[in-house]
Amino acid sequence: MRYGMAIDTLKCVGCGDCVVACQTENNVPFGYCRDWITETIDGTYPQVELEFRSERCNHCENSPCVRCCPTGASHIVEGGIVVVTADKCIGCSACIESCPYDARYTHPLGHVDKCTFCHHVRDYKQTTACSAVCPTSCIYFGDLDNPKSEVSMILKNRKFKDLAPEAGTKPQIFYLI
Amino acid sequence: MKEVLFASGRNIPNVDPQLHAWHWPIPVYLFLGGLAAGLLFFASYYTIIGKEKEMPAVTKWAPFFVPIALVVGLGALFYDLTNKLFFWRLYTTIRIESPMSWGAWALMIITPLSFLWIASYFKEIFPNWSWKFDFLEKIMDWVTENRKVMAWILLPMSIILGIYTGILLSAFNARPLWNNSILGPLFLVSGLSTAAALITWISKDAHERHLFTKIDLVLIATELFILTHMFMGFQAGPSVQQEAAFLLNGGEFTVVFWVFVVILGLVFPAILEISELIGYKVPVAVPAMLVIIGGLVFRFVMVEAGQITRYLY
Repeated sequence: MRYGMAIDTLKCVGCGDCVVACQTENNVPFGYCRDWITETIDGTYPQVELEFRSERCNHCENSPCVRCCPTGASHIVEGGIVVVTADKCIGCSACIESCPYDARYTHPLGHVDKCTFCHHVRDYKQTTACSAVCPTSCIYFGDLDNPKSEVSMILKNRKFKDLAPEAGTKPQIFYLI
Repeated sequence: MKEVLFASGRNIPNVDPQLHAWHWPIPVYLFLGGLAAGLLFFASYYTIIGKEKEMPAVTKWAPFFVPIALVVGLGALFYDLTNKLFFWRLYTTIRIESPMSWGAWALMIITPLSFLWIASYFKEIFPNWSWKFDFLEKIMDWVTENRKVMAWILLPMSIILGIYTGILLSAFNARPLWNNSILGPLFLVSGLSTAAALITWISKDAHERHLFTKIDLVLIATELFILTHMFMGFQAGPSVQQEAAFLLNGGEFTVVFWVFVVILGLVFPAILEISELIGYKVPVAVPAMLVIIGGLVFRFVMVEAGQITRYLY
């Protein structure tokens, strides 16, 4: 079992629904966010390209945040999801420094917080808040190890990229291009 | 033109627009940790080779700075934790892959030993000193007799502590300025150099001061050599590392790095120490202070500049 995401940059319009859904579902403190949207403008008019990406923790296979955590608060649970145990976190910020995607932040309560792939609903839902609400259905969430899952099928048929592969973290979120 | 912006808005404290999760306590601690490691290294080395009597400043006086440096440094670290009440979680687990876990456990051994070390000299320094209780007297007599054993433990532990202050940073592959394998040795040498400078400053014995001026010169030369190699590595590295090196060679940290670290912290004190060795009269505090300030500024530059370097956006 290996959870991952494929996000279609050709369908994403950058509405920010995924961001709000995540903040609501996960009780993210006001002013913070576990996912966000980047807009990349490449070139000058008329040769210009625009790309929207919904970004979040990449739940890396070789996760530097888990490696550098001195207490084991950052750990990997079933399906390769990286989560933080709040009452084991001392707030040293080493994982924030170690993340090439800046996907972590310090919760106002003191511990470090991040995307969990909505791990808390996994027993009864094979989806995440962001992918469930997406109005263009551009976020595909599922099991990368299962060749028949929607996310594996779409990665088989489409071209994709991942972010900062040169950082060596083996991210598990793929952007369809 | 390539422009990336956060369309959904993102303004998380200490992360946006530039990562700044580590503040002044971290470089202060890295400096004090390196200094303590260096002082302990010299003290235990000269105790092991049996030169305690000839080197009073190294083995007797300088170690008094160690517990102070460690307590202040650890206090600074504790201050920078955001979930302070859970700090004890560090000591419920050992994580081999995490440099911070190594450091926490090394300090768990070094800090009490450094207190014991200075306590074992109390009787020598204050002839009328009494430990008040019989069992304490017995324990301290035993500790004083076995100081060499303590030195054998502290020698490797001090190297671990000194090198860990650099590896703590170099283990982060997300920050290209830190992520180079030479940072550990660089911080170790820098820590040893600041310690040697402090020893020349407090030593009252001409022979000892002379020896440590020479040691400090060798360490400064080594540090310059390693710095050159670090920059060579950056220039030959991927574009993110070239950009990281540019922060120190043309970017916003150029002046503070070259003036306060390289020229005033390494080259100028080296010139002063050489002139002292060939017979000119140089106030000993000047090169020592310059080396110590240079070491502190170096850690501030590395921690601040490192957090700016990144892969994305």
